[in-house]
Amino acid sequence: MSIVKWRLILYIFAGLLFSDQNIYKDIQEKLILAKSGDTIYLPKGKSFISRSLWGDNLKNVSIVGYGVDSTILNFDRQIEGAEGIKITNSSNITLKDFTIENSKGDLIKVEDTDGIKFINLKAQWTGGPKETNGSYGLYPVKSKNVFIDNCVAIGASDAGIYVGQSQNIIVKNSEAFHNVAGIEIENSTFADVFSNYAHDNTGGILIFDLPDLPVKKGGKVRVFNNEVINNNISNFAPEGNIVAKVPAGTGIMILAASNVEIFDNIISNNKTANTSIVSYFITEEEISDSLYYPYPNTIYLYDNSYFREKQFPAFSFSQPIGFLLAYNFWRDIPDIIYDGIVDSDLISNGILNDKYKICIQNNKNGDFVNLDAGNNFNEMSHDLNVHDCSHPKLKPVIVLP
Amino acid sequence: MKKTVLIILFSFFYSFLFSNYNKKISEYNLYVGNPKDLVTSPEFTTYELITPLFTDYAYKHRAIFIPEGEKIIYKEKEVLEFPIGTIISKTFYYPSDFNKSNSDINLMETRILIHENSGWVALPYIWDEEQKEAYLEITGGNKNAFWIDKNNNYQSIDYIIPNMNQCKGCHVNSGFLKPIGPTARQLNRNDNKNKNQLLFWQELGIIENLPDYDLIPKIAKWNDSKLYNVNDRARAWLDINCAHCHNVNGPANNTGLFLDFYETNLKSLGVYKTPVAAGRGSGHLKYDIVPGKPDESILVYRFESTDPGIMMPELGRSMVHQEGLDLIKEWIQNLD
Repeated sequence: MSIVKWRLILYIFAGLLFSDQNIYKDIQEKLILAKSGDTIYLPKGKSFISRSLWGDNLKNVSIVGYGVDSTILNFDRQIEGAEGIKITNSSNITLKDFTIENSKGDLIKVEDTDGIKFINLKAQWTGGPKETNGSYGLYPVKSKNVFIDNCVAIGASDAGIYVGQSQNIIVKNSEAFHNVAGIEIENSTFADVFSNYAHDNTGGILIFDLPDLPVKKGGKVRVFNNEVINNNISNFAPEGNIVAKVPAGTGIMILAASNVEIFDNIISNNKTANTSIVSYFITEEEISDSLYYPYPNTIYLYDNSYFREKQFPAFSFSQPIGFLLAYNFWRDIPDIIYDGIVDSDLISNGILNDKYKICIQNNKNGDFVNLDAGNNFNEMSHDLNVHDCSHPKLKPVIVLP
Repeated sequence: MKKTVLIILFSFFYSFLFSNYNKKISEYNLYVGNPKDLVTSPEFTTYELITPLFTDYAYKHRAIFIPEGEKIIYKEKEVLEFPIGTIISKTFYYPSDFNKSNSDINLMETRILIHENSGWVALPYIWDEEQKEAYLEITGGNKNAFWIDKNNNYQSIDYIIPNMNQCKGCHVNSGFLKPIGPTARQLNRNDNKNKNQLLFWQELGIIENLPDYDLIPKIAKWNDSKLYNVNDRARAWLDINCAHCHNVNGPANNTGLFLDFYETNLKSLGVYKTPVAAGRGSGHLKYDIVPGKPDESILVYRFESTDPGIMMPELGRSMVHQEGLDLIKEWIQNLD
């Protein structure tokens, strides 16, 4: 063998031995030094990275790979940091064309940032759905102008795509599976979630408002043109997290969020609740946050297509709703399940102000039940007439560039 | 070959961009003589905190430089207001034997905070093998640390030095980088010459607006159970170890868990508070703190862990602070 070849082999071995530290240093250094307008290219191939990568106070910076199959950042050997990539206090950031996998905490967390685009990314834990997987795949929080397009999120022990305490959000053309929650919009305002494929999660798409957070109220969320199918995998979230309360077999779930519009979705074979609309009281957690509003109001659910094979709901002692549903409906569980708990302050002369109603219209095959959960499930009702109403449609979200 | 060229080009670019900052610690004129002796030059004043942050049992040597004629402005609750040109240094080191006061020491890193016109800058310097010089390393690094601990056990860890952005990550408040430690309540103690540090600074003429001594707040010393009760010590420990992120304006305010010295809302302190974004950090537990039940409290679970996806604080340690953990357990045990 020629000396050149030997040298080549030597280089390759040296590369393997030292790659971790060098790739980390190289990318981290670029993140520290980046100027407005810079594009940071991530290397081709699979890079093993042992420390969290952190970009702070960046403006107009893109972090770009060579495609989800060509650029893979792997954190199997991570020894430090609670996420794979973290971006904080920045503006106009684009993350594009790479795979990120197996970090110890979250995969990509973006905080306090105005203008964040996730485009053509794959965020995954590769060992299947496991409770030891990290919490969130794509995780923008306390941010503005969030744009998620053509991404895939797999295996999160909380939510694959999670947008929290943010404003102006688009999540589209993305796929989420093998997560506890496929896509979750939490305490966030002005969000459009459309043309996504959420399947084989515990819950497909969740719209939540939760207490004890600095941002108290979300809402003005539209969920449309999504396929929400077969979200039946057992809940593998560690107990204590709110998503650990989501029953397996949940399609779309609205928890205490208001001004939510759900239309033109295909919602199929989520065996416990193709769609549920519930107040925070269903969690059976005490509310001590005086600024928190626990009821879902002004919900408009229309033009969705439902399908559900006759089957039992998911049974679990952690989320016992399945037992109640099976007891009452055996294998024919209604598609749309409403807990029926209403804010009494909004009722005058026995009538709920139209403005705040849960409106349900023109859903294909969508049968309904009001569980009357507030009265110990005494008077369950399938009557959709009281919900035959409409709300003014929400305007499309505009995410600023 | 190509890579080498790139690296050279990059280093060039790097040195250009960071030409403003000292490459070596010696350029600050921080230490005189052998750096291992930790003797500061007259330009710097050393100081200590009452209850310091835990960093893998590292010892810390702190010093501050205030430009001639400038003054620190006293603040009761927040970090003191330092004039432009202030330099704060913190050197992390390990004595080879914690039980021997005169044992040889091993310098790890020195972190510098500089107050520039445009705000504070945080710079990590790593000490070389010869222990004569520390070099600016913006991406941080790691270094073997070893010592004999107080129980006479040999310890050896891969000590991690944060990168510049990680420095910011802890030091950011309301979007701005700030020092964490030097608050009035932390500085309100005697120095090694038995003088109250704040009064001494007043004597030196580097601080103004200092109120009457009785009005200056004082934080408990976390491990002094003779002088302070368990509640005060636990709150002090949480304040310095957690509250730089877990406060209303801090990076972890999304969690709604606020652990700062002045927080009075029990729920915000974690009592029967459900976690928000803990993920597997919850450890199957429902609440951050269950009074009387440390083993059912997420706080304890996360302090006990060294898994980067679970542990708290997220950065700055690879070991468990056993004594701090015991204190927090005792505190929760006694809550009702």
